[in-house]
Amino acid sequence: MNTIERIKERRASGVSVREVVEPAVNAAESLNETLNAFLQIDRAGATKRAAELDASGETAGALAGVPVAIKDNICVRGLQTSCGSHILGNYHAPYDATVVERINQAGAVIIGKTNCDEFAMGSSNENSAFGVVRNPWDTARVPGGSSGGSAAAVAARIVPVALGSDTGGSVRQPAALCGVVGVKPTYGRVSRYGLVAFGSSLDQVGVLAANVRDAATVLSVIAGRDAHDATTADVPVPDYASELTGEIKGARLGVSRALLGEGLDAEVRASIEAAIEAYRELGAEIVEVDLPTAPYAIAVYYIIATAEASSNLARYDGVRYGFRAEESENLRAMYRRTREAGFGPEVKRRIMLGTYVLSSGYYDAYYLKAQKVRALIKDDFRRAFETCDAIITPTAPTTAFMIGEKVDDPLAMYLNDIYTVTANLAGVPGISIPCGLSNAGLPIGLQLLGPHWSEAILLRLAHAYEQAHPIDARPPVCAASD
Amino acid sequence: MPITEADIDKIAQLAHLEITDEERRALTPQIASIVAYVEQLNELDTSAVEPAIGGLTPAGERTETTRDDTPRPSLGQQLALAEAPDPAAGHFRVPKVL
Repeated sequence: MNTIERIKERRASGVSVREVVEPAVNAAESLNETLNAFLQIDRAGATKRAAELDASGETAGALAGVPVAIKDNICVRGLQTSCGSHILGNYHAPYDATVVERINQAGAVIIGKTNCDEFAMGSSNENSAFGVVRNPWDTARVPGGSSGGSAAAVAARIVPVALGSDTGGSVRQPAALCGVVGVKPTYGRVSRYGLVAFGSSLDQVGVLAANVRDAATVLSVIAGRDAHDATTADVPVPDYASELTGEIKGARLGVSRALLGEGLDAEVRASIEAAIEAYRELGAEIVEVDLPTAPYAIAVYYIIATAEASSNLARYDGVRYGFRAEESENLRAMYRRTREAGFGPEVKRRIMLGTYVLSSGYYDAYYLKAQKVRALIKDDFRRAFETCDAIITPTAPTTAFMIGEKVDDPLAMYLNDIYTVTANLAGVPGISIPCGLSNAGLPIGLQLLGPHWSEAILLRLAHAYEQAHPIDARPPVCAASD
Repeated sequence: MPITEADIDKIAQLAHLEITDEERRALTPQIASIVAYVEQLNELDTSAVEPAIGGLTPAGERTETTRDDTPRPSLGQQLALAEAPDPAAGHFRVPKVL
């Protein structure tokens, strides 16, 4: 399999960066007709970069010669940043996001920008202005969202790793639906400089990878304090990959039986129950935890996330960059026409909802109330983590659903995020790993949540499970292996 | 609180969105059902709860976030205007304001 470790082995035996990168670009191009995972494939840039790396002979970087895909809401200098929206027009970023700068310094080769729900708002990728991404396991089904292009690109083995963003589950949920690993770090762990803002108290850049070790390697590269993002915390960054000892004896794993009840698909439940037993066999102690306010998380999330989005997306007004509606009689009309024509239905719906909950007379009833319940959710987690090291849940309540199945029911779509939004509200890290395939051959994901800054423990727990229960199946739509 | 088409028009105006009749008809029940859903938060007594506004992690709150107030290189006029829909003489040109 095409992992970072495998690429390093091949490089050590004389394989050039070009020989690693070219097949990745070829696969991205040839599979894009089927998957629509990429919005831009940078063959010229990737080829040039590979040649430079080959000429320099540099092999020391943690990601030396590793092809990477970047979600199209993260800025890469010279490449497009559309956020899956028409409103950004033909925008090309004039600077690199900090995460991009860091992976480049580590030797990565960016091969393209991946499709996503418009401004990262969605759980199925159906909200992209540039067409839905198709799930490599079943192309009639969604890949999840919003980082669906990044998840599909990793699942189809086009790239070993990709960057995404997670505001309410947008890395973990598509990871689960596509059968890959997805990490949402602690709030403040990774810089958002150059990530297009959606919900600023929730957004984190995350990693999608074919295995836990690769996710750990990339996280060590991108994490840490950044002067360009005041929300990044001054907390040391461990070498996460070196923490993957396989040793989890005595780890206390929390289970909330209440979260395994109503609304959860029976096959997903059975798979999570089996994973809990597997952890017990690996030496973990299973403890019952109570998260009484967790059922309110979706309501809290859709107030806070939309409120923040309505504010963050006010900047798209046709003045400084992106699309502008023509022939407006005055400035206000230009703003309104630009935004009407530039934004898609889900983004408008969320801007409207966010504007409503922040509007005069409603602020206390909705936004302030939601921030208070958010405090209760944070407190639930704080108390739970006094008795356990991590909590295990499903990542999503079902496997990948059919394209079109939920587009007419926004609330049903939102409920897909029931297991993931709590981590963003509490600022804690989460990881989704594959834990099985359904009878229909669709991936199921389990989620581990931990206290702030516990990524090393989560990765160790995830890695131990992955080693004990590897999933060797590959999706029907998949790049040829080297 | 029932949400009417008139409310939707008012919100659209506040949000600088020019919505069509069709959008208004679709959005009214959708926003109403989402608002009805989020009102379940009223089941919880939060009279003694401090809202979670501000830093999410203690380590984040402890991190020094100020810097010296000295000039630094920035994007520069040329790059900043390079993506503008209608740049003119070093400025962003817009339709008349009034």
